[in-house]
Amino acid sequence: MGYRRPDGGVGVRNHLLVLAPIDCSYEPAKKIAAQVDGATAVTQYHGCGKDPVLVHNLVGTGLNPNVAAILVIGLGCEALTVDTVAEGIRPSGKPVETLIIQQEGGTLKTQEKAVRILQRWAQGVAQLKPEPFPLSQLTLAVECGGSDATSGLAANPAVGVACDKLIDEGGAVIFSEPQEMIGTQHILARRAVNKRVASDIYKLIDQDEERLKAIGVDSRWMSAGNIDGGLTTIEEKSLGAIRKGGTRPIQGVLQNNWDRFDRPDGPGLWLQDGTGLDVPSVTHMVAAGAQIVCFTSGQGSTTGHAIAPVIKITGNPLTYQQMEDNMDINAGTILGGSESLNSVGQRIYESIIDTANGKKTKAEALGYRDYIVFCRSRAAEHMLGHC
Amino acid sequence: MVKKAIQIDEKDNVATTTGEVDIGEQVEVISPDGKVILRPEISEPIPFGHKLAIKPIKKGENIVKYGEVIGVATRPVKAGAWVNTHNVGSARMPTKGKEEEIL
Repeated sequence: MGYRRPDGGVGVRNHLLVLAPIDCSYEPAKKIAAQVDGATAVTQYHGCGKDPVLVHNLVGTGLNPNVAAILVIGLGCEALTVDTVAEGIRPSGKPVETLIIQQEGGTLKTQEKAVRILQRWAQGVAQLKPEPFPLSQLTLAVECGGSDATSGLAANPAVGVACDKLIDEGGAVIFSEPQEMIGTQHILARRAVNKRVASDIYKLIDQDEERLKAIGVDSRWMSAGNIDGGLTTIEEKSLGAIRKGGTRPIQGVLQNNWDRFDRPDGPGLWLQDGTGLDVPSVTHMVAAGAQIVCFTSGQGSTTGHAIAPVIKITGNPLTYQQMEDNMDINAGTILGGSESLNSVGQRIYESIIDTANGKKTKAEALGYRDYIVFCRSRAAEHMLGHC
Repeated sequence: MVKKAIQIDEKDNVATTTGEVDIGEQVEVISPDGKVILRPEISEPIPFGHKLAIKPIKKGENIVKYGEVIGVATRPVKAGAWVNTHNVGSARMPTKGKEEEIL
């Protein structure tokens, strides 16, 4: 069940987004959001320049179908203006309003107007009726963080089973973290739907290798700790991370750079350019349209997201025991043999459906609203010949 | 309790232990759908999270985990034997230029 948006997208949540394009207006934006039920404030911390990567990701967050309406609040003197962001979101047909603190005459006057707008939206949103929708309307993002030996053994393969099921039902899945794919270019490229996509996969992962090389890191190197932990080759190490996306063909590389920001334009598995940092990586996949996130963690994680439910899965039974307040699913049952990989995968799949139907994840129930936009140094990328 | 080793993909010829396994100890190899597919004889200690062969593997044969080639056997490996860098090498350390083979 979900909420149909004017642009045809279906949200599984009804967030009112208070978007500060720059951190200068974020403090008042947070105070404003705190006053209205269902409102969440987000910003980015890369300055007020009109950097396309920032614009793409902020606009993408507003376009995500989990957002019902968007209030953009700026300071006034920034190059990354409220209009730049609002104009990007308006074609969706969703309600978008803007306020500028310097023009309103300070934060208290802005706050009064903002709260009235949000209050009106909150009342309207409460009347929206969820409708049944096909899984072809659902995009799932998968991410891992705080990995341990159980991640590649239990949690990631089990999430992969759920991804395969979702894709077979017509859904889309986004995975990212190209840094973790180094050494498996040839394997991923073989799974590409065509030669162009295969070539994009090589380029994406090769560029991350070059970034690491530029700071003196040999990414093909296996540490003694890796080998003592049971990982024999770089292929095995990377495949343990990649497996969380399942085994289906790769439809395309979603560019996330100064020139382009792509969204999945059909069902299947999509690979997004991004970072290995957990919260930014999730933020970018949600900006590309993911309504739900599956996050695996061996050691345990607390993370949620501003506008998308994050289902957290651990393959480590001890972590589940110790962090049950934060971890939604115990995939550690695979280790003792009490549950098979496929049946845990089925459980994760059902949890995705339940979450789509409104069940709150543990991070949502605790009100965790992580949101970080990541942006590479354009100067460094230029020197590496990447842009 | 009988120790377990998990086969992640049904194409795999190795399984991963979920606890340390000692010589002569009983181990059940579990397939992705939960079936016991093998009770191998253990003739050397295998640490937690490490791999054991679930069928005899010839020298030069691929080691398959996650349904993909993760390396090549550098010597013959018996079913139930420990699999790591002492008997497996990287199948290929892919570098730029090798992509022509795939593209």
